[in-house]
Amino acid sequence: MSNHAKTLAIAGAVAAALTAHAAAAQDGQVKCYGISLAGANDCAAGPGTTCAGTSTVDYQGNAWTLVSQEECETAALPDTADGHPRRGSVAFSINRDLPS
Amino acid sequence: MGVDQTAFTAAMLDPGMKVPAGLTDPEGRNAGKRFNVYRNNVVLSLTEALITAFPSVCRRVGEGHFRALAGQFLRRHPPKSPLIMFYGDEMPDFLAGIDSLSSVGYLPDLARIDLARRQSYHAADARATDPGALQALTTEALMEARIGIAPATRVVSSPWPILSLWRQVMEGAEEAGTVPEARAEDVLIARPEHDPVLIGLPPGGAVFVTGLQAGQSFAGALDAATGAAAGFDLAATLGALLSGGAITKIIGKDEG
Repeated sequence: MSNHAKTLAIAGAVAAALTAHAAAAQDGQVKCYGISLAGANDCAAGPGTTCAGTSTVDYQGNAWTLVSQEECETAALPDTADGHPRRGSVAFSINRDLPS
Repeated sequence: MGVDQTAFTAAMLDPGMKVPAGLTDPEGRNAGKRFNVYRNNVVLSLTEALITAFPSVCRRVGEGHFRALAGQFLRRHPPKSPLIMFYGDEMPDFLAGIDSLSSVGYLPDLARIDLARRQSYHAADARATDPGALQALTTEALMEARIGIAPATRVVSSPWPILSLWRQVMEGAEEAGTVPEARAEDVLIARPEHDPVLIGLPPGGAVFVTGLQAGQSFAGALDAATGAAAGFDLAATLGALLSGGAITKIIGKDEG
């Protein structure tokens, strides 16, 4: 490849990466409360720390998982035991399904 | 008093060894039973630490089997640092040396991803640069620049489809029966927000990123990556770095 063609190819690759990144950034991940399964909340801290998989109740209201905003609001969750629908929340932790 | 530390450590990790002479309880009596409780606690707590540290390996081989492996590992490689969240550096090579695991050849690479996620999690914070900075330079200037890579960035390069396999082990209950396409996969581990994320890299991507990490110029890393994989996909690799928030600065030829 000539130097000129190479430069063009690199400029093209940079532009393509930026465009794709700008499109993806709108679908950023948010902390979604109340959708984690027990022990499966995200954390890669490892041993000797306190955060790995500490949620003890399914869909615990104050445990979060990183997902897209859309996925958080539409996550298909079973209704609570007394028949209320469960929804995820991006804003704050939810006062339901807390460990007793 | 007068218990030799070397004898104490050796006996602590080998239940077949006798209790070191000279151990006494506060009443001055022989403390053999106490020592047995202690060495059991040491082994058990390190085993639990390894289970937390290598979730994908543990799931792949099953917890019972993993506990047995951990027992061998912790005796051969006791912690060298009190920072237990970093324990297990030697695990990939240890697993590669176990004959009975040779049918699961990708196991050491699963361990490498588990390690890299933990290292990424505990690495220093760094602010990602505005992606537009890549276009603020002329292409010629970019080629001569060096790229600052966030401390939380790691790369795992594998001859196995390791990202697909790791995801399947960790997440994919419903896909457990399917076998990922046989191909080599490189994985970027980065921390754009709170937790590390795993992003697939195209062939040559690992060479490019490690080149930048080592301080090569953009052109130098690009040449190395193109040498490693003829059709090296620069756009996809840059895209992975950007979405991982892994580019912290662009250092022009005449700066620092």
